[in-house]
Amino acid sequence: MTYTRETDHGTPPAIATGKSVTLTIDGDTVTMPEGTSIMRAASLTGCSIPKLCATDNVESFGSCRLCLVEVEGRNGYPASCTTPIAEGMVVRTQSERLKQLRRGVMELYISDHPLDCLTCPANGDCELQDQAGAVGLRDVRYGYDGATNMGQAKDQSNPYFDFDPSKCIVCSRCVRACDEVQGTFALTIEGRGFDSKVSPSQGQDFLSSECVSCGACVRACPTATLTEKKVVEVGTPDRAVVTTCAYCGVGCTFRAEMRGEELVRMVPWKDGKANRGHSCVKGRFAWGYAQHRDRILNPMIRASVEEPWREVSWEEAIAHTASEFKRIQSKYGTRSIGGITSSRCTNEETFLVQKLIRQGFGNNNVDTCARVCHSPTGYGLKTTFGTSAGTQDFDSVMQADVILVIGANPTDGHPVFASRMKKRLRPKDGKPGAKLIVIDPRRIDLVKSPHVEADHHLPLRPGTNVAMLTAMAHVIVTENLFDEAFIRERCDWDEFMDWAAFVAEPSRSPEAIEPLTGVKAEEVRAAARLYATGGNGAIYYGLGVTEHSQGSSTVMAIANLAMATGNIGREGVGVNPLRGQNNVQGACDMGSFPHEFSGYRHVSDDTTRSMFEKAWGVPLDAEPGLRIPNMLDAATDGTFKGIFIQGEDILQSDPNTHHVAAGLAAMECVVVQDLFLNETANYAHVFLPGSTFLEKDGTFTNAERRIQRVRKVMAPINGYADWEIVQSVANAMGLGWTYDHPSQIMDEIAALTPTFAGVHYDRLDVEGSLQWPANEAAPDGTPTMHIDGFVRGKGKFVVTDYVPTDEKTGPRFPLLLTTGRILSQYNVGAQTRRTANEAWHPEDRLEIHPTDAENRGIKDGDWVSLRSRAGETSLRALITERVAPGVVYTTFHHPDTQANVITTDYSDWATNCPEYKVTAVQVMPSNGPSDWQRDYAEQARHSRRIAPLEAAE
Amino acid sequence: MSDENHVMSTEDRLIYMVNQIARNVAALGEEEAVTTTADHIRDFWDPAMKQHILALTRTRPEQFSAIAAAAVGRISVP
Ligand code: SF4
Ligand code: SF4
Ligand code: SF4
Ligand code: FES
Repeated sequence: MTYTRETDHGTPPAIATGKSVTLTIDGDTVTMPEGTSIMRAASLTGCSIPKLCATDNVESFGSCRLCLVEVEGRNGYPASCTTPIAEGMVVRTQSERLKQLRRGVMELYISDHPLDCLTCPANGDCELQDQAGAVGLRDVRYGYDGATNMGQAKDQSNPYFDFDPSKCIVCSRCVRACDEVQGTFALTIEGRGFDSKVSPSQGQDFLSSECVSCGACVRACPTATLTEKKVVEVGTPDRAVVTTCAYCGVGCTFRAEMRGEELVRMVPWKDGKANRGHSCVKGRFAWGYAQHRDRILNPMIRASVEEPWREVSWEEAIAHTASEFKRIQSKYGTRSIGGITSSRCTNEETFLVQKLIRQGFGNNNVDTCARVCHSPTGYGLKTTFGTSAGTQDFDSVMQADVILVIGANPTDGHPVFASRMKKRLRPKDGKPGAKLIVIDPRRIDLVKSPHVEADHHLPLRPGTNVAMLTAMAHVIVTENLFDEAFIRERCDWDEFMDWAAFVAEPSRSPEAIEPLTGVKAEEVRAAARLYATGGNGAIYYGLGVTEHSQGSSTVMAIANLAMATGNIGREGVGVNPLRGQNNVQGACDMGSFPHEFSGYRHVSDDTTRSMFEKAWGVPLDAEPGLRIPNMLDAATDGTFKGIFIQGEDILQSDPNTHHVAAGLAAMECVVVQDLFLNETANYAHVFLPGSTFLEKDGTFTNAERRIQRVRKVMAPINGYADWEIVQSVANAMGLGWTYDHPSQIMDEIAALTPTFAGVHYDRLDVEGSLQWPANEAAPDGTPTMHIDGFVRGKGKFVVTDYVPTDEKTGPRFPLLLTTGRILSQYNVGAQTRRTANEAWHPEDRLEIHPTDAENRGIKDGDWVSLRSRAGETSLRALITERVAPGVVYTTFHHPDTQANVITTDYSDWATNCPEYKVTAVQVMPSNGPSDWQRDYAEQARHSRRIAPLEAAE
Repeated sequence: MSDENHVMSTEDRLIYMVNQIARNVAALGEEEAVTTTADHIRDFWDPAMKQHILALTRTRPEQFSAIAAAAVGRISVP
């Protein structure tokens, strides 16, 4: 594959009106959608008009005047980027006069530009250079000394890209990219005329400015002014491979641009339907962990966790794993071992791990870390709608009129989708922006950010989601705002009536629950009215909904609201879980839960089970297996003895670290397959080095049910892709698997899973992506679900009674802790902490309201101890009004903090998804890390020792 | 490690779990709540947990809510 840039058509596609226009460009007759610019029309027909200030991911601006054309019957030379096509128009893109004019423009630019092309990092990849060539510039009459621009200092503060103002041509593409695409408004053009220049907000450097390092401006810049540091270091790429980000559930696709085996940069792919050419700092820049020196490259084993690790060959490690599992099963029984699949691994790898367990271990003891994040989504949406997935694609948000965000912080957790959402929230071309309702204990960024402001922010007390949503339902029912026609047609009317009677009780009104939620009843009423009557209403929710003792109830309460108002089954509406890790959706789809096969079919379902039995040639267990917390309990009780953990760090990500540690310590064989010696590996007996998403083929499924290819761009430095390692373990256990390539695994998935029947690699390569269900009934996949009726038949209204959590505040633990994530770090941080993203988030901080801080004599930056009934940790305080009095907040990205030492083991009633979002705590000044943290650090250091190789021979 | 460690024993947790399910579906009315709770255990609990909870209804009956006790009475243990 050779390197070419993606074609830039100069201006974005026209907003679809359905009408088209016919015109003539350089003698060719062409027909294009109304509203298309002359520049885009010309580009789409294959002729490129010189341009500098236009690029097709931002609106045209018309400042450089390089793109002039002649239009018959019009005076002057209109700019083709700002002039829309018209019926019968006759355009000429090249003439003597145009050439002259364009050269004149170029001359002006070049006279103020340093001519060090040969040593410039963008050499060969610079639009200024290209355009100088395109207009045939040969001479600069002004001389090169009129320059005002040159010799300015570079801003190298951002860890990933440099800003060299001397090379800036003030085209403002970066400013427009930051405003329109990213929505951060961090850049401005200061000054006028020749003195004008680009600057991050208020003359700060990039790192200390508002900039979130999404890279949109770098991509938009036509010169070397904004350039990836890696390009400066390595040079321009020579090939590109399209692949999918391995960080979050947005599932952005990128062109991995390579020079030989070295990754030069990740550039968001314009044709990617999830991200539409945008990215965030993680996917764009934070991939350095893939080559980090901490990566473990050789398999290791040890007899006890007291011993140092011993490096062994792959053969030995695999044989040891298989024989340990067999030994344990013969001693303690078939159900004494199990495994955990990863939402970070591919669909194919996940499928293989659960197959290893069901086919090879002969039980259903398989679970996934989705347990700790979105299992309530699976349960809630399956119960109400009949399928465990979000109902829309991301594009749908552009048709929404009212956006309700609950328990999610998209600008930090799902940044690229948040940028889309913000685009819809800002007015555009006279169309008002969508209205916004935010239900969250914290004042998240969306509540107020440049050009976006929530119409209603309901800052409820953590743990009262169900009460709040029921109160909104109360308003919708009692004020007759429900959509009777929709309900009668699509849902069970009697169930609706039962539900309506339940929510209409006065005890469930906004007024009645005000003392509970702490939110003014009038605001709740207004928000409910807006959602019910404001046009297309779309709900987006995250872990702030699921990670509660009533997570499943909250998901069902959300589904009830959407059904009651008819906001399901078309574009612009729907119920959309924002998934945490990149492949949470995929891991759930692939049968990672102990009670179901791929495609959400219960293990007790005889037809499904016999299909798998036939394919796999063994009888399968009809009884559900153990979930992660149940496995840990069984381990402490001595009945569960061995576990295979792929790509997960349950010690750090699961609640109540003590409980997890005790469970792991009680097992005889803990196998961890991961990139790094993670925290869980401190309790492991076998370590199998994993591979990164850059080193393997496969697919990920994002939060829109979109299946996208992951493509290998370099050989695995640990030797094997993860699916190959699982296959070796399976074969050492005698299963006789013969996959040569992940595409064969997908073929098996397709054959065994009706919703995936039409998913094959050749198809994905052609389409770019497919949204399941993709089968005979929906050959091109399914962007919007439940269009003509619910998957389960009739939509089911489920009465969701508010049951307060047992985790209660009291005199000893008077504050409520809630947890979350931030933009630059990802989950337990194993990857992002090994990149320069540390520049933005070097440690976890405890957010506390000024009043609570003052009462305790805590100043900003002080070390504080954070205690709950489960344990204690310490970290530094950050005093802010983003949290309400009585509520504190922290992230859990750093193992030193171990926020989960203090979270309890209360969990969702239906799925055991842990209640991360509510823990009663006390906060006190302290001197530094707690004893536990020090002990833990010592234990971790001890347990991570690797014996020198001589000793191992 | 801190001695405040709040880790429920497996038995306590199983009882807690079944009561929690029962309490969350109680609004459906007694009969449906019992069925829903029993179905839930049938669909999501592993056989050892089912046996365990059944045994606990005999040894620690006083700790089960009425719905929970009735529901456990209906599950068939493999
Ligand atoms: S990196 Fe993103 S946020 Fe920062 S200035 Fe550029 S476009 Fe704006
Ligand atoms: S930094 Fe680049 S994109 Fe921004 S104005 Fe200068 S040349 Fe244009
Ligand atoms: S982390 Fe998420 S939003 Fe960021 S680039 Fe990756 S998939 Fe996109
Ligand atoms: S590209 Fe049209 S004016 Fe600059």
